[in-house]
Amino acid sequence: MFNNLPLWPVRGSSGAGNVDALYIFLLALSAFMCLAIFTMILVFATKYRRRRGVEAEQIEGSTPLEITWSIIPLAIFMVIFAWGAVIYFQERTPPRGATEVYVVAKQWMWKLQHQEGQREINELHVPVGRDVKLIMTSQDVIHSFYVPAFRIKQDVLPGRYTTAWFRATKPGVYHLFCAQYCGTMHSGMIGQIVVMEPAQYEAWLSGGGTTGSLAASGESLFQQLGCPTCHRSDTQGRGPNLVGIFGKPVQLEDGRIVWADENYIRESILSPSAKIVSGFKPIMPVFQGLVGEEQLNALVAYVKSLSPPPAGAAGGPGIAPAGTRSQNPKE
Amino acid sequence: MSTVAITAEREHYLNKEYGIRSWLLTTDHKRIALLYLISITFFFFVGGFFALLIRLELLTPAGDLVQADTYNKLFTMHGQVMIFFFVIPAVPAVLGNFLVPLMIGAKDLAFPRINLLSWYLYVIAGIIYVHCILTGGVDTGWTFYTPFSTAFSNTKVIEAGVAVFIIGFSSILTGLNFVVTIHRMRAPGMTWSRLPLFIWAHYATSVIQLLGTPVLAVTLLLVVFERAFNLGIFDPNRGGDPLLFQHLFWFYSHPAVYIMILPSMGVVSELIACFTRKRIFGYNFVAMSSIAIAVFGFLVWAHHMFVAGISLYSALVFSILSYLVAVPSAIKVFNWTATMYKGSISFTTPMLYALGFIGLFTMGGLTGLFLACLGIDVHVHDTYFVIAHFHYIMVGGAVMGYLGGMHFWWPKISGRMYPEGWGRLAALLVFVGFNLTFFPQFILGYLGMPRRYWQYPPEFQVLNVLSTAGSTILAVGYVLPMVYFLWSMRYGKIAEDNPWGAAGLEWKTSSPPPTFNFDEAPVVTWEAYNYEEIPAPAEVPVEQ
Repeated sequence: MFNNLPLWPVRGSSGAGNVDALYIFLLALSAFMCLAIFTMILVFATKYRRRRGVEAEQIEGSTPLEITWSIIPLAIFMVIFAWGAVIYFQERTPPRGATEVYVVAKQWMWKLQHQEGQREINELHVPVGRDVKLIMTSQDVIHSFYVPAFRIKQDVLPGRYTTAWFRATKPGVYHLFCAQYCGTMHSGMIGQIVVMEPAQYEAWLSGGGTTGSLAASGESLFQQLGCPTCHRSDTQGRGPNLVGIFGKPVQLEDGRIVWADENYIRESILSPSAKIVSGFKPIMPVFQGLVGEEQLNALVAYVKSLSPPPAGAAGGPGIAPAGTRSQNPKE
Repeated sequence: MSTVAITAEREHYLNKEYGIRSWLLTTDHKRIALLYLISITFFFFVGGFFALLIRLELLTPAGDLVQADTYNKLFTMHGQVMIFFFVIPAVPAVLGNFLVPLMIGAKDLAFPRINLLSWYLYVIAGIIYVHCILTGGVDTGWTFYTPFSTAFSNTKVIEAGVAVFIIGFSSILTGLNFVVTIHRMRAPGMTWSRLPLFIWAHYATSVIQLLGTPVLAVTLLLVVFERAFNLGIFDPNRGGDPLLFQHLFWFYSHPAVYIMILPSMGVVSELIACFTRKRIFGYNFVAMSSIAIAVFGFLVWAHHMFVAGISLYSALVFSILSYLVAVPSAIKVFNWTATMYKGSISFTTPMLYALGFIGLFTMGGLTGLFLACLGIDVHVHDTYFVIAHFHYIMVGGAVMGYLGGMHFWWPKISGRMYPEGWGRLAALLVFVGFNLTFFPQFILGYLGMPRRYWQYPPEFQVLNVLSTAGSTILAVGYVLPMVYFLWSMRYGKIAEDNPWGAAGLEWKTSSPPPTFNFDEAPVVTWEAYNYEEIPAPAEVPVEQ
């Protein structure tokens, strides 16, 4: 019978246990509060029900009592807040060295591409025990990448990257839902996350035909679009040298300093004049509308591959996810 | 406190004039309240009908009763009808309109004609919205999220947006009227510290309506402009920012939750005081908590956006502020409970609704703590957990308060008693039906069932069946009062001026009150809830 009536979601990621622990704490606290209030109401309701000749006793109130039942809940709330904030912080901070998967959402499907080049639709294969960072964008409306078994959810927006990460702990097949209403077949925009043992995963990875890694296809696109004419690997180019910039602060012409994260690179391709690197002129053509989301992902992956992996592979400054953090660290 | 039997010839606001003109051109706040009562009841049943269709569709995992697009329109229009055309005006525009002048000892609201204008704006918005429903409807979700609403939806977004825009002004005008009335029209001796808590709650609500609703109006106008004239405001393809829409929308729509719940909290304070025959415990704290909710309520909007792509640090700020707004709500619950201590409690229909309110609001409030918590919200955001939570607040809270208030003041409004036995039965049905409908949705939400799903994985079916079953009980509980209220207008026992032995100026005039409310202008020399000076009725007036 419990196959048809699950009461608790599967725990499939390293973060799920933390969320469940806090949830259980809140459930216990709520149950206690409900019990306390409902018991008092029931006791008062029986004990003080109207009787002939018995008058109500007029009580004005009690300031000490009011302060008590304001301060104690506030203190408990602050504990919940802090606990929840810690979990949120972990959820929003992809570990360094995570494997990256690019996600493009559209009405009504998920298109995913692995670093190694494999493409999937509405399905994502990942190995147990590996950190996976999702770099997501949408081609049309807002969607939301939701895997209940991992307790993760992140809205996927058009025109920018948002990120999420997880480490699967248990082989199995889990629901992938779109959680943000996105039109007619919103409820059909579902897929699955297939978590495999590492050996199986390697077999799966080598099984599918691929045209080479995402960064490699990014590189050939980079050549095709003529980018190396200006972005040379020395200091003589008319555009900035892109080697090693990813994950580093960049000095802009207007004096600001921004972090070179995924969103910065994305923006610099689509509308280059938005942030001009110090010492350069706004001469790069606009690529908005000329490259598709998936080509853009390949280009971003290529630029990232130009930075030495050990230090910068985690993506971004390692504190906040791309897409959620302002590109200006002073803000 | 006159208990003189009412003679049939006595003139009051209902029989002073007859004919359709005397209603459509009235400036009497009591008649306008009844105009609102009829209009919002119509929309309540429209929204309820949509809700039942939604629940029937979700009886099975497959999308088999209606098409996907139809389902999307159903939940959109259920939300928009219920929020904008029913819950927001329910208590203020009906009970507030009727009672604010009576409770403070005034002849009418400060601007009687503006009061009538606000009803006409409501009706114009209502006609536009009904036209929108009948000619195809709208499918954006009640939240109008961009860029879906401005660039992708093929439905009547502009028409719905214009309707909500117009009804917003109805709400603003009601709020304006209440603020001025409460400041300027109180009877001699009716000081701020003697105001009934119902008035404090309406004062706080009116301030939110005045300050918040214009932001919604501006936001919807921008949506209409982007959709109609291709301006790039929210759509990133046209250089806009979709998150800007969410910030603007929730800047109004979170405080709107307090527009819905605060007036019902005011009702509950009156009911608890009357049926425990006591002054509300901690009057000052209950009054000030309404003001605190109104103020803090404006500072928490982005807790609807924890997974939307806002910065980590702003999420932290909005989470902690959301906990601050929970404190005044908790204070109210504790004070209502404490009021029962050493009271003389009777369990009439209004009191049953008040107790139901406390129970359901407590559960709604506690689950709000889950959603304000960043670590939990990421998982349950946009799932049925959220649906359950806000229905506990808006239906379990606001609508229970509205129904409790309607029963309590029905003798004053109509001059007749409703049948008490049926009243208690309906209150019980609403309570049981409500819990059966919405409690399973908390479990569904934590299991991960997303909201706004036309079809769903089969493992969620049992809980959905329970929920649908509950909704049919709830429907019976809502239809019953409409039937017996109508019945009682002709056959109900004639009500005395003060059948409950309640404090409050509205009970010192006749039932129903004369057009100008009081035969002699009242002078107040007593504190609110002076129940020690008012004899309790020998027995609860029950229609045998």
